[in-house]
Amino acid sequence: MTDETSLVLMIVLPFAGSLAVIVLPKNARNAAATLAGAVALIGLVLAAGSYRSILDRGAVRSDIQWLPTLGLDFTLRMDGFAWLFAMLISGIGFLVVIYARYYMSPEDPVPRFFSFLLAFMGSMLGVVISGNLILLVVFWELTSIFSFLLIGYWHRNASARDGARMALTITGLGGLGLLAGFLLIGHLVGSYDLDRVLASGDLIRSHGLYVPILVLVLLGAFTKSAQFPFHFWLPNAMAAPTPVSAYLHSATMVKAGVFLLARLWPVLAGTYEWFWIVGFAGMMSFVLGAYFAIFQRDVKGLLAYSTISHLGLITLLLSLGSPLGAVAAIFHMINHATFKASLFMAAGIIDHETGTRDMQRLGGLFRFMPYTATLAMVASAAMAGVPLLNGFLSKEMFFAEAIATHADSILDTAAPYAAVLGSAFAVAYSVRFIHSVFFGPLPADLPREPHEPPFFMRFPIQLLVLACLLVGIVPGLTIGPFLHTAVTAVLGSATPEYSLAVWHGFTIPLFMSVLALAGGAILYLLLKDYLARCEDGPPYLRRLRGQRVFERVVVAVSWRGARFMESRLGTRRLQPQLRLLVVVAVIAAAWPFYRLGFDPGRLTVQGADVSFAGIWAIGVLCALGAAWQAKFHRLFALILLGGAGLVTCITFVWFSAPDLALTQLLVEVVTTVLILLGLRWLPKRSTDVTPGLATTGARLRRYRDLAMAVTCGTGMTMIAYAVMTRTPPATIADFFLTKAYSEGGGRNVVNVILVDFRGFDTFGEITVLSIVALTVFALLRRFRPAPDNVAPPEQQRLQRAFDEARPYREAGDTVSDYLLIPAVIMQWLFPVIIVFAAYLFMRGHDLPGGGFVAGIALATAFILQYLAAGTRWVEDRLRVLPVNWIGFGLLLAALVGAGSWLFGYPFLTSYSGYVELPLIGSVPAASATLFDLGVFSLVLGATVLMLIALAHQSIRRLRASRIAAQGNEEIA
Amino acid sequence: MELIVAIAIGVLTGSGVWLLLRPRTFQVIVGLSLIGYGVNLFIFSMGRLRANAPPVLQAGAVLNPADHADPIPQALVLTAIVIGFATTALFLVVLLVSRGLTGSDHVDGREPN
Repeated sequence: MTDETSLVLMIVLPFAGSLAVIVLPKNARNAAATLAGAVALIGLVLAAGSYRSILDRGAVRSDIQWLPTLGLDFTLRMDGFAWLFAMLISGIGFLVVIYARYYMSPEDPVPRFFSFLLAFMGSMLGVVISGNLILLVVFWELTSIFSFLLIGYWHRNASARDGARMALTITGLGGLGLLAGFLLIGHLVGSYDLDRVLASGDLIRSHGLYVPILVLVLLGAFTKSAQFPFHFWLPNAMAAPTPVSAYLHSATMVKAGVFLLARLWPVLAGTYEWFWIVGFAGMMSFVLGAYFAIFQRDVKGLLAYSTISHLGLITLLLSLGSPLGAVAAIFHMINHATFKASLFMAAGIIDHETGTRDMQRLGGLFRFMPYTATLAMVASAAMAGVPLLNGFLSKEMFFAEAIATHADSILDTAAPYAAVLGSAFAVAYSVRFIHSVFFGPLPADLPREPHEPPFFMRFPIQLLVLACLLVGIVPGLTIGPFLHTAVTAVLGSATPEYSLAVWHGFTIPLFMSVLALAGGAILYLLLKDYLARCEDGPPYLRRLRGQRVFERVVVAVSWRGARFMESRLGTRRLQPQLRLLVVVAVIAAAWPFYRLGFDPGRLTVQGADVSFAGIWAIGVLCALGAAWQAKFHRLFALILLGGAGLVTCITFVWFSAPDLALTQLLVEVVTTVLILLGLRWLPKRSTDVTPGLATTGARLRRYRDLAMAVTCGTGMTMIAYAVMTRTPPATIADFFLTKAYSEGGGRNVVNVILVDFRGFDTFGEITVLSIVALTVFALLRRFRPAPDNVAPPEQQRLQRAFDEARPYREAGDTVSDYLLIPAVIMQWLFPVIIVFAAYLFMRGHDLPGGGFVAGIALATAFILQYLAAGTRWVEDRLRVLPVNWIGFGLLLAALVGAGSWLFGYPFLTSYSGYVELPLIGSVPAASATLFDLGVFSLVLGATVLMLIALAHQSIRRLRASRIAAQGNEEIA
Repeated sequence: MELIVAIAIGVLTGSGVWLLLRPRTFQVIVGLSLIGYGVNLFIFSMGRLRANAPPVLQAGAVLNPADHADPIPQALVLTAIVIGFATTALFLVVLLVSRGLTGSDHVDGREPN
């Protein structure tokens, strides 16, 4: 297998595994764990297999083009540093999977857990082996999202939800800052490629945008690594299942921040700003984190603050800007991952076996679980920096760096003291953890009887502790070469000489270590009694909680701020919104003319046809009349609207667009029928408003609206005239005209464009039409129309009285008699219109016509039947299934489109030719005709569905009033 | 001819905008239809006005694209007519349901104070 393939597989496999695991049944614990473990193990093997190539070539790379025009490629790149992290992520991931198999309870939906864990592993691997900054941010945000899902895994628990939300908000915001910072870097360097960015350190550091870039990138790194002042999310994330904490909050996710700092160390480090910002955050996190850790009652809380402290140590080391500091930082990243993961797992075992994590309730567990206790003690000793363990080595290096002078300042002078102080605190909390959990008096009221956990729950801890010991005793033989590869990958030619030996002689760092160990032990002895009964959190500082500040900010922004914005800027009224829309449209249309000038062209009436002018005189009057009368005379306005539509239709005919005219005419008919059907449910004119007595405010509003309308109208006239009097530039029209017959097989170019060249647009359009029809249907299904507030007109009353007075007549007979002859004609027209529609459809490809027009024409045939004979009569005789027609049309259109895949062409490629039919002769046959049939069926179905849905309202009303009448009779 | 069509577009749009800003739902639906006509004519006129151009290609004749009207705006307008019909129908039903639910035909669903 090539290195490229294994790189891609390392990313793809966890995500594929995640998808595979999530579909497993809820109780498939073993299958889910096995699959997850296998994926992690394969990742480990793949990473290990690339080591030789990394040694030979420095890095392995895989380039897949993604959006090359934006400089965005799916570039994966693994050098020694990324390799070390990839090994950690997949290795500890494997151990966590084993551990989680025994930790998770059978009642939990375990596949979901492993699925998220795998997806997180994939995202984390993505962060470390991305070779493109943008890709890195994508994976970075993915880790935030999956950590949210993992922390909130027990989503019925309120603290889990809060912790998950806080972690997502903080790290997600940091990720946005990181994205902004990376965009700036990409802007400066001209590429997002990591290799090019790493080579442009001098350019970036000397640029004026350096400080913004630094701040933004640090925002991302500090939030992720829970550094001061963004540290507070990590203790709250302890509501997560312990395997998640062991994985995310020790070895991987929180390491992403310091990973990034080390990754970009050659680019960003070494300046005064870097030293101050990074150094201050690191020192605060290191000392305060350790101090806070001492006073936690929760075992996991202690470990969380300890993690903040250790990450602070790493940050502090990176801030120094010295290569030796970077070496120590990288070394400590690995060491911390091993001992902290094992400690979290131990904490999980304690919780699992005793039912509590409260150190004031625990005690004397050594007697019940000696193995686990021993392992936890070794790991804590590593955390405290006891010699012969890995934590000691990196801490020695840290002390050595702390006493060296880097940038003469208070921070630098304070560094040795802070280092000893923080380390003494670390010793104190490590001793507290061991002493209060495993020694002392036996606990009186534990929820469960403690005992050793199953072997495989302990096994991952054994492996990790073994690693701590081996690295601590023989560092040169174990971690040495790998560390060297990683350090060279980061520092390049600046790699310093360093020694990993356990014994350096009697040096100042050794003295500092002894001081810290002794000081920490004494501190614990002094605090022991206080800690056994104190409240949670450190004295005095426990009130100062970042969490509360965070919640205040969230409430202020998402609730008060939103309310304020809504009350100031929002409106529930439609008119101001529409007015705003019109104003923006006018400004947008006028802006280019304002900037570039406007030339209306020569004003001329030459060539104007008098009859055409006459037709439009009517059209203009109709439009103005409709605008004037729409408020009080709806029917009149509707008729005038139809008049304007007809004149538009004539204009289309006049200017050689018969297809448009045909469609416009038929749509006009259907729209008018629709609105007519709806008119009866609109309220009648309000009597308490006297016309002509409008208030001044209303009058002013009208003048303003009139001015806006006149502006819009004049603007449209000017633009339209200016365009029409200019010679058109060459357009793609020629292409369609020349290719319509040779490639589309049709002579009606407009129809060929619709069903062939731009068939996909039409497909989208008919989908919209069907959605609208279904929406109309759904809206009207539950709709109870408003009661008629107009009494029946006099004619109706007289007719009903006439019918009722004669016993042999039924109500409504007179109306039917009146309409008898038109009704018969309408019924006879049914087959005629069907033939007409078929004719329109068949000729569509070569002559004006087509599926749209034919569909609407046939729909009018149906509505005529409804009008002539009434809904019940029609539906007793005809089975009208418009929803099926819509479905059939959409399916047919999609199938015709997909059919071209069978022949290896893209979606909706059409085929045309002529078919010889007996008797009829040569008939054009294009696959586009079938597509058009789909369009026809859909348009017919949609139109009929809407019309019928409206028409049914009148039956429903009758039925409703009849039920009401019966009810009244029964009461009487 | 261009002047007539240009004025027609202006009047249709202006009347439509006026109605769009009115408070009653029926006014808005008529206004939308009028704007629809105006905009359709506007798009159509972007292909320039050609009277008496053959609407379809002649069988067997040598094709000269200059003899024909521009088919692209026509295809666009054809689509626009159908979508306009759909939106009018949808708005009509929303209007009726809103009237049924609120008892008012004001665009805000309640009478102004």
